[in-house]
Amino acid sequence: MQQIIYFIRKFRYFLLFILLEIVAFNFIIQHHSYHKSKFVNSANFLTGGVYDGTNSLKEFFHLKSENRRLIEENTMLKNLLNKKNLNQESQLFQINDSIQFRQKYEYTYAKIINNNYTNRDNTLTIDKGTLQGITSDLGVINSKGIIGVTESTSDNYTTVLSILNSNSKINVSFKNSRHFGTLVWNGEDYNVLQLIDIPRQSKIKVGDTIITGGKSAIFPEGINIGVIKDFKIENNQFRNINIQLFNDMSALGYVQIIKNLEKTEQLILEKKGINE
Amino acid sequence: MNNLILINSFRFVSLVLIQVLVFNHINLFGYINPMVYISWVFLFPIRKNIGLLLISSFLLGLSIDFFSDSGGINAASILVIAFIRLPILKIVLRKSDFDYLLFNLRAVSFSKAFIFITILTLVHHFIVFSLEYFSFNSINSIIYNTILTSIFTIIIIILGIILFTKKK
Repeated sequence: MQQIIYFIRKFRYFLLFILLEIVAFNFIIQHHSYHKSKFVNSANFLTGGVYDGTNSLKEFFHLKSENRRLIEENTMLKNLLNKKNLNQESQLFQINDSIQFRQKYEYTYAKIINNNYTNRDNTLTIDKGTLQGITSDLGVINSKGIIGVTESTSDNYTTVLSILNSNSKINVSFKNSRHFGTLVWNGEDYNVLQLIDIPRQSKIKVGDTIITGGKSAIFPEGINIGVIKDFKIENNQFRNINIQLFNDMSALGYVQIIKNLEKTEQLILEKKGINE
Repeated sequence: MNNLILINSFRFVSLVLIQVLVFNHINLFGYINPMVYISWVFLFPIRKNIGLLLISSFLLGLSIDFFSDSGGINAASILVIAFIRLPILKIVLRKSDFDYLLFNLRAVSFSKAFIFITILTLVHHFIVFSLEYFSFNSINSIIYNTILTSIFTIIIIILGIILFTKKK
């Protein structure tokens, strides 16, 4: 017994060091598994509050570019609206009954108060949380493309798993053909992502547009993401397909959050299919 | 004594805020963000009892992790340099025993202080980037990032120490 006490007294700092290291590594491992980083994240009252305060100052300097993005989006939406009127002229007598009306996606907006893009695994923080109806696994986009998927939430803040993260895998497809692929990031340039799992029979060329695929229960189909920058062909396989994003991931302001109202229905159905 | 506690608590808060609000967003050449919060370890008063240093360094690293969503990477790595600080200092100064209470980093010669800061910074940055990438495949990126970021961290920390501490 005395030996043990002597041992502990002799190595007490080393034991303290080991103990704290174990705690730290515990946090790291928790962080690496998606959805379990409950404790160490910037979506809490204190860190969110600090970022909120400093962001209100920074926001002022980006008003010009933000306004420009909004006017571009407005013009695009107005053009879409005009197209729709033409198509609907043949169905003038359609009854807009609330029983027949079915809404699939619900949009809400939020402001990015913290943005990382230089690390290997990047996360963002937005200024809305559970009190505003944000849950985990919702898509985050802006008018120029997708940004990420919500991860941990607190009352008023939410962290977003950026597409610039090793855990992020987004289902995408080509605009001109219907071939599916997966969008990942290799950690090098923050505006260039990589496309993998493209079937070899698909015909791709530089400049093809990439949009979100309909397979995911998070993002609606057809959101523009980027264009193919370059690629290599080895043994009839496509290698290193680089995608240049439409978005500038280093300059993000306001974003929209997409809630898929039929997500549970889709997931239950898909799960049932696997079980049978 | 009270004065010492006050100075160190003030330093703790200001290092956290300066790191997360300014230095995490510098992005020099696109990706270099100096990690100046480790100057906490260089400036903490040197005592034989390192329990307080270990706990405070751990808390500082964890605060940085909270802000930058990095799990426990910064806490784990600042803890290592807090633990090896005294042995490294003894090796660099080539003294087995010195006056702990009166020690001041400004009082030793510049070259020795520089070597001391460089070794600890390199160790810290190497651990941070290893834990961040977490694969042997990206050993090139890890070493590249470690060296480049260390250069800027060391420059800023030395400038900061010269500007903000009193020479004895």
